[in-house]
Amino acid sequence: MSTLPLEAYLLLSATLFTIGVVGVLTRRNAIIILMSIEIMLNAVNLSLVAFSAYLGNAEGQLLVFFVMAVAAAEAAVGLAIILALFRNQQTVYVDEVNILRW
Amino acid sequence: MSVNTLFFFLFGAAGIGFALAVITRRNPVASALWMIGYFLALAGLYLTLQASLIAVMQVLIYAGAIMVLVIFVIMLLNLGNPEQLRERFNPRVGLASALGALLVLQFLVFLLSRPTGYTAPSPKASEIGSPENLGQVLFTDYLFPFEAVSLLLLAAVVGAVVLAKRKLEP
Repeated sequence: MSTLPLEAYLLLSATLFTIGVVGVLTRRNAIIILMSIEIMLNAVNLSLVAFSAYLGNAEGQLLVFFVMAVAAAEAAVGLAIILALFRNQQTVYVDEVNILRW
Repeated sequence: MSVNTLFFFLFGAAGIGFALAVITRRNPVASALWMIGYFLALAGLYLTLQASLIAVMQVLIYAGAIMVLVIFVIMLLNLGNPEQLRERFNPRVGLASALGALLVLQFLVFLLSRPTGYTAPSPKASEIGSPENLGQVLFTDYLFPFEAVSLLLLAAVVGAVVLAKRKLEP
């Protein structure tokens, strides 16, 4: 019976992370950018759990708890920022919001 | 091929497909629904690594709490008719996708050229991922970070309330 090497999980995690990065770089909708950030955080969680299981060490999975807590805080604050942005500018497209650019 | 390997490829392919759907859908509601599938696929991958508690937390916190919040905000914003949601074509999209593919290729070459030497999960994996063991470590060695996280969540709650308030009055 063959088992998967650690590299399989790391490569999957890297692929998912890259999809998240491409999402942040190419989309204009702030909500989808926020979801792409969640994709990246989850990809990192996958490598942490994989390392934890393969190395036989519980600390990777504990780090996942902290990442989840930070992701929840980030989602709450990020969505509140988007709400405030929409109230002031009537848009959630990041390229139409450029008062801080110059 | 063992069951674990089969489920790895199943959930891995589902995760990549759902993630691509999230970043390519024009309508944010469709993106959010694909995102739920992505979180569930990741929960399945955690189960192939025998991290049962993490898998449950993934479904509860991400697919449950965070996505409800996201969909709630999308509904609240009322983004108008779908025609206005169309994104202008931008050469950035092609460039970013090409650079992303290049990055994944680099990871592939790097990982294949320098194997980590870990070919199978640790035999203790299911014991490590159990709620007993994680709780034991969390509330002894990691008690201070745990308390720090509670402060972070408090700050986030206060920040979200302040940002979402219509007008700040003294």
